Amino acid sequence: MSSPNTKANPAFYAVIALLVFMSVGPVILMFMNSFKLDVDIISGTSGLIFLPTIQNYEKALCDVLWYEPDHVDFCSLKFGGAFVNSLIIALVSTILTLVIGCMAAYALVRFRFMGRDTVSLTTLMVRMVPPAVLLVPVFGLWNNEFCLDRDGLVGGAIREAFGGRGDVCLAGTHSGIILIYVAMNLPFVIWILQSFIVQVPRSLEEAARVDGAGPFQVFFKVVLPLIKPGLAAAAIFTFRIAWNEYLLASALSDRDTKTVPILIVNNMSEFNVEWGVIMATGMLLAIPPIIFTLFASRQIITGMTAGAVKG
Amino acid sequence: MRTAMPNRLTPYMFMVPAVVIMAIALMYPLGYMIWGSFRDWNPSQTIGEAEFVGLKNYITLWNDPNFHESLGVTLRFAFFVVSIEMVIGVGLALLLDRDIRGISVLRTMFILPMMIAPVVVGLMWRYMYHPTVGTFNRFLESVGLPRVDWLGDHALMSVIIADIWQWTPFIFILALAALQSLPRSALEAARIDGATAWQQIVHIKLPLMMPVLIVTALLRLIDAFKVLEVILVMTEGGPGLSTEILALRISRTATEFRELGVAAAMSNYLLMLLLALTVAMFVFNRWQEARAARLTAAVQEET
Repeated sequence: MSSPNTKANPAFYAVIALLVFMSVGPVILMFMNSFKLDVDIISGTSGLIFLPTIQNYEKALCDVLWYEPDHVDFCSLKFGGAFVNSLIIALVSTILTLVIGCMAAYALVRFRFMGRDTVSLTTLMVRMVPPAVLLVPVFGLWNNEFCLDRDGLVGGAIREAFGGRGDVCLAGTHSGIILIYVAMNLPFVIWILQSFIVQVPRSLEEAARVDGAGPFQVFFKVVLPLIKPGLAAAAIFTFRIAWNEYLLASALSDRDTKTVPILIVNNMSEFNVEWGVIMATGMLLAIPPIIFTLFASRQIITGMTAGAVKG
Repeated sequence: MRTAMPNRLTPYMFMVPAVVIMAIALMYPLGYMIWGSFRDWNPSQTIGEAEFVGLKNYITLWNDPNFHESLGVTLRFAFFVVSIEMVIGVGLALLLDRDIRGISVLRTMFILPMMIAPVVVGLMWRYMYHPTVGTFNRFLESVGLPRVDWLGDHALMSVIIADIWQWTPFIFILALAALQSLPRSALEAARIDGATAWQQIVHIKLPLMMPVLIVTALLRLIDAFKVLEVILVMTEGGPGLSTEILALRISRTATEFRELGVAAAMSNYLLMLLLALTVAMFVFNRWQEARAARLTAAVQEET
């Protein structure tokens, strides 16, 4: 800023180019490697020049392809199923978190009631709880306590209908994973949305109330449309966490409810890593967040600054 | 005309779903964990069957050299990650705070790393650090330098670099937002008084940004204790215990060693650490609000 002609300084643009290269480079590298055969990745003689192939993707998606690729003998990677699981869990938990979270945020901002400060403080406190801390209790509870007993009425009925070991537990079901994600994301969503709801002019709400709208109508018809940017930001952050989370999902899921991150970690820990296929699965997992980033970066940045600066 | 005034139950109706879910899936599990940390508990037992052992788990951990090692790794990781990211992020914000065309495109590029799944980030870096086929060693070889054993001898450093790559943009964007909301008049006055760019930064910009920077650093610090997947994929805590941060050790104690009680006690130690940090952040926020209120009051009195 000292001199006005720094703008034209080529060194400055070189720095920017370097930064962009550094932040996007690894992603592009993964993207290119996902189209290479393992032989090409390991020999590494051809850096940029190679014959792109979709074999890796065919191998990863073999359980949902409508044809059988020649090079796949046995479909071991159930990527398609895991992708669907991830999608269900992330979408449902995002929607639930948003609805429940913005109602709570609204109440915290607009009403004075008993216990308001306690709730507000608790929300702030539980924001810092790491998923690893929840691992032990959630594992124990979801497997033992949160079960419909085999002797109970509902549990017995389910056992009659479906058989199985009798008791029905939250562990190993989509709803079990969704429940913990909603709980984990709620404090954050409430926190972000509070700063948006504060900005809604009170007079608008009062006008609606005078016209005879109940509190829920005021909330859904007046407040919600006005905080759309905040909702978008909160939705992206919640989706991102639910989509990317590994640890709790790995503790709670069984064979049929595996999510994509679990699949990737399981395939990584083997001794002989198939780099091409694993990069293809990684790329597929990264696509939704990348799309969000490209199309909604403004909302993401708004949400980030609102969430952090407005403590 | 019917005016529906909110009655006293309305706020509770809005709060109920959130409170119920957080009570069932956050508060109850946390209480359950504290309860379980006093027990000798393995995964095949329910908590009622587990034997009550008092503070034994905590004392065992307190004297366990592996736990100390893990705690040390965690603290070192968090310290280096946060301090380096703060320096780079704030430095970049100061450097790039000017009218550049396409700054929004630039910011989009920068937030890409932190939107991508930690598992995938770990995967990319594990590939790039690979001793033979990895990008870095290949580059070093092509310019004639010796290979580096990234995930072996320098595992902690490599893990820190990967985290810096992923999270510096977070600091950068927050610092840039803080920088662009500074009062223009102060900067203008400094420029007229002939302050150099460096003097402006040290005496005006940094002090004015300080409140936001401290909150940012604390947020990042809390998040640094949550990092797990990146390290799990890159090194699985190894070699030895050199990158085994507490979160990873908790999950291994629970799943591999099958000692839920010890894992719960360890979680409690981590939780207490984080609680102290959160309280620090909270107190700082309150103090700052009070100071701001005092300042405005003082200004109003003068006029």
